[in-house]
Amino acid sequence: MPTRAEVLARAAALRERFEREGALTVETPILQPAELLLDLYGEDIRARAYVTSDALRGEQMLRPDFTVPVVQMHMAQGAEPARYTYAGEVFRRQEHDAERANEYVQVGYEVFDRTDVAAADAEVFALFAEALSGLNLRAATGDIGILMAAVAGLDTTGARKAALLRHIWRPRRFRALIDRFAGRTPVPPTRAALLAAADPFADAGADIGVRTREEIEARIATLRADAAAPPLDGAQLAALETLAEVRGPAPQALARIEALAADLPSIRPALERTRARLAALDARGIDTATLDFEASYGRTSMEYYDGFVFGFYAPGRDDLPAVATGGRYDALTRRLGNGAEIPAVGGVLRPGLMLQLEARS
Amino acid sequence: MTLKLGVPSKGRLMEKTFDWFADRGVALSRTGSDREYAGAVEGIEGIALVLLSAGEVPRELAAGRIHLGVTGTDLIHEKLALWERQLTEIAPMGFGHADLVLAVPRLWVDVDTLDDLDAAAAAFRDRHGYRLRIATKYHRLTREFLQGAGVADYALVDSQGATEGTVKNETAEVIADITSSGETLRANHLKILADGLILQSQATLWQSRVAAYAPEDEAALAQLLDRIAGGAAAS
Repeated sequence: MPTRAEVLARAAALRERFEREGALTVETPILQPAELLLDLYGEDIRARAYVTSDALRGEQMLRPDFTVPVVQMHMAQGAEPARYTYAGEVFRRQEHDAERANEYVQVGYEVFDRTDVAAADAEVFALFAEALSGLNLRAATGDIGILMAAVAGLDTTGARKAALLRHIWRPRRFRALIDRFAGRTPVPPTRAALLAAADPFADAGADIGVRTREEIEARIATLRADAAAPPLDGAQLAALETLAEVRGPAPQALARIEALAADLPSIRPALERTRARLAALDARGIDTATLDFEASYGRTSMEYYDGFVFGFYAPGRDDLPAVATGGRYDALTRRLGNGAEIPAVGGVLRPGLMLQLEARS
Repeated sequence: MTLKLGVPSKGRLMEKTFDWFADRGVALSRTGSDREYAGAVEGIEGIALVLLSAGEVPRELAAGRIHLGVTGTDLIHEKLALWERQLTEIAPMGFGHADLVLAVPRLWVDVDTLDDLDAAAAAFRDRHGYRLRIATKYHRLTREFLQGAGVADYALVDSQGATEGTVKNETAEVIADITSSGETLRANHLKILADGLILQSQATLWQSRVAAYAPEDEAALAQLLDRIAGGAAAS
């Protein structure tokens, strides 16, 4: 295993490389207020981040990543356009795999630039590909925006689309919702009984708690509207399910997605953005004819990304996590921007893993 | 060296544990005054009784400070990650049955499944500006269960006792707690979700895989396991 000094030296070299691209070096505190991270990721983050507390500041988390504090900093005071780089430890709680590191060094590069989104995507990916070029890694790419656009364009109720979009990063729950909206799973008997009841509140018991009777009535109204809505259109459903499975070299994958746009015309703008990105990658010398593209890539692990996503992996080393990951997170800037927003893309490298792989080869 | 057996230090759990061992020819007893936490083991040589809180048994087993211990499945699963690597389950003991369940107000006639809970949580957050609060002392078990089910937009709030009262007191909207008969839930106007069973627990005898075993400990353990394999004596 590389020593800590070696890892830090490599991290500094990578950061200098990013500084030469015009990136400003930034630092973020190791202790982050827990509230914001909990708001963004929900309770699940507690399984991945170390939480600590004191009586004055309440709950704090040991920095699980740099992206959130860097976005916050940029939205509060950054001038446009901006490029940032950073290097330092992140901390990840491990409860299921003792082999995984709970503390490691990340080096990041983040671009906040609204002039040419495709060029910014390509810039980040190409810089990372160059930094990792000696390691013969496999690159995976995708675009969460295509799937989101497909859902947003379904011919169904707004409530159903909102429910599907909310769970796009939880494929199992997404699938269960699709099955229900498509009429494949039977209506639970208690639901049927509720909707048929003359007085749904007959056995309700006492009015207790913050959630009021009026809120419950509102949800029953939503359930009635949903029961009255027709099932998802068969052709659209088939196209959506095929879309989620598309995977292959980028040109072929995009051709298959193009064919699905007949049933899902709402994906056309996202498809055009993907094409523009591939052209920008070509211009940077990336071989896009063989570049892997998966429509569902990043759906289980990369919840703040909403467009381009990528990762670099060591072939044959499924025991190792990704050596680098990144993507576009425009929605996160909106979330943290108090009304402002800016297209943003970036990623992180793990110098410790790079050194480990170099030592083996 | 002696083989250390950790047993809950008070209440029905202690009495039932003593009965269970007595049925297998091993007499456990408290010694000294009522207030002194000291005990004795008769029937097999070389076993020492350690009286402690049921909640501390998982930690002591995982640290190898006791070789054997009696506590609920719920506490082992909650407190120890990868518990299979640290402990072996010797025998479920047939008492102390309790289910860890998710319960919501009976008023919530629209919520019967996790699917409903998730939808209600989304609407609740939109309406109130904060996440639906679930009161529990079983944070890890509850979180893993909800994560597996894909439920989002909730917050766990800590409740170490009287958890069933938190909804009426408006410090939580939902609870995840242990129930045996469900009576306390009913009395507090709560109902269990149809698919809200997180874990079925009962008092169980565990063996530490971490503790050091001297040859005489191995001998005492073998005798004890023999008695347990023989089952309860006909009475």
